[in-house]
Amino acid sequence: MANVLLRHRDIADINKIDVYKKNGGFDALKKAVSKMQPNEVTDVVKNSGLRGRGGAGFPTGMKWSFIDTKNWPHYVVANADESEPGTFKDREIMESNPFQFLEGLAIASYAVGANAAYIYLRGEFWQVAATLDEKIADMEKAGYLGENLFGTEYSLKIYTHLGAGAYICGEETALLESLEGKRGQPRVRPPFPPSFGLYGKPTIINNVETFTNVTPILANGAEWYKSMGTADSAGVKIFSLSGRVRKPGNYELPFGTTFRQLIYEHGGGILDGRPVKAIMPAGASSSLIAVDDKVLDTPMDYATVRTLGADLGSASVIVLDDTVDIDWVINKTIHFFKHESCGKCTTCREGNYWMKNLTERIHSGTGAQNDVDLLLNVAKQMQGKCLCALGEFSTMAVVTGIERFPQDFKKAVKA
Amino acid sequence: MSLEKTYPKEVKQILSKYPPEHKRSAVMPLLYLAQREEGYVNKAAMQDIARMLDITETEVASIIGFYTLYHDEKAGKYRMQVCTDLPCALRGADDFLKNLCGNLGIQVGETTPDGVVTLEAVMCLAACDKAPMFQTQGPDGIKYHENMTVDKTMELIDALKKSDAGVK
Repeated sequence: MANVLLRHRDIADINKIDVYKKNGGFDALKKAVSKMQPNEVTDVVKNSGLRGRGGAGFPTGMKWSFIDTKNWPHYVVANADESEPGTFKDREIMESNPFQFLEGLAIASYAVGANAAYIYLRGEFWQVAATLDEKIADMEKAGYLGENLFGTEYSLKIYTHLGAGAYICGEETALLESLEGKRGQPRVRPPFPPSFGLYGKPTIINNVETFTNVTPILANGAEWYKSMGTADSAGVKIFSLSGRVRKPGNYELPFGTTFRQLIYEHGGGILDGRPVKAIMPAGASSSLIAVDDKVLDTPMDYATVRTLGADLGSASVIVLDDTVDIDWVINKTIHFFKHESCGKCTTCREGNYWMKNLTERIHSGTGAQNDVDLLLNVAKQMQGKCLCALGEFSTMAVVTGIERFPQDFKKAVKA
Repeated sequence: MSLEKTYPKEVKQILSKYPPEHKRSAVMPLLYLAQREEGYVNKAAMQDIARMLDITETEVASIIGFYTLYHDEKAGKYRMQVCTDLPCALRGADDFLKNLCGNLGIQVGETTPDGVVTLEAVMCLAACDKAPMFQTQGPDGIKYHENMTVDKTMELIDALKKSDAGVK
């Protein structure tokens, strides 16, 4: 099947505007702006069943319909802060199929009445931002961005903005704070961005992959999109596969593809032919799934992965084989979260500090037996008490690691 | 020298991205500009940015402190930032960094005696399928180097050293 999102793998030079145009590029934007009312565009996206690809899986069209129409101007922001360990899909889209993303962003902006859209990229994507700046200039020159698009009254500007190395800025309200020129610390919600977003104005924020889906949905219709994937999770998804597999990389597949198909058919199986021990389906934020045949044959969609005691999140599937010790894994993830905790709420700031001390002690074999109990206790006490998802996510691998792989913590502790 | 005098075109372009009443948004791109030459933001540039955006110098400093890609101290001309997070570590990033330290004769956080390379361990860079990998942060921006070996990295460092010597 031809790729819907990673089209550059099928069509050479689709990152050039004339090639993109020849392959149906900007037809969807033209149709939306010149033939449809903004709310009709939102309805198509709503009916398609598209859910946000940044991790939360919130229905995209519904989010757009929440925009406060009594308060203006409106903004649209693309979350290109891709920083979850194990996630590397948005970068490939922006580097290799940038116009489909930019067109989707423009369609979304029209749907919610925004005349300015910002793309917030992680600072490390310096070269990606330079590429996007060129592509935005190409679109302006060709009349797909700027004043009076397609002879209508609608005008749109798109700007790139670089972050500077802070995972927390992937959290949407922290991203907005950062874009406003402040430290990237999450806001207390509600109010949510569709009523109080950038500069206090109604704002729609979606992930890069989400916008990239919008373009073919407008071109081909909601029914076409729903014909792929599962009833719970419509369409296709880019799975970022990493860890102990032979062929790590991005794989665009319909929702409902099983873990086994992803790891063995696409990923070439495990290094040295070893067995899979655990899977983290949502990057470092993920719960650890203890793997057996039933797990491997589980279809990957939002609802079904939940039955395994985990979330699909942004579908950054990290595969661990039987050479990997789970006490080492959580020491790695907690090292990350300790570093990235923004410090605003006490629970996450102090909780990660203590979790790091404990995971280091346990992993180095210098812990006491009750350190594992203490670690589990700290993690559980944090749950439900953090200001944003970062703190919550930091506890996932710790709790599920200790509970589902107790043997890995026995040998790690001094007798 | 003020940023406006050194980079008039860039400053104007940066400020044009944001509504004039929200010009504070320009602080991040202006900080990148300020550290382009020397690899860190000096005190004069902090004052300069604060004045341009009508915020306090402390607020500018707090931004520098919060984000890892801004620096307020001089380091090597290139910061070599190796990802050692979980997915990279599953593909040998920790050993790669250890061997690189051995070859360079410096520890993580240290700079080569000629001042060309500072070695750092950083968090995920979204290149998990191409580990071991690192980025170089230097005067020409940020560049990714993926599927690396210690040998390939030493060649790159030699090339950086040669081009640095050429500039001098």
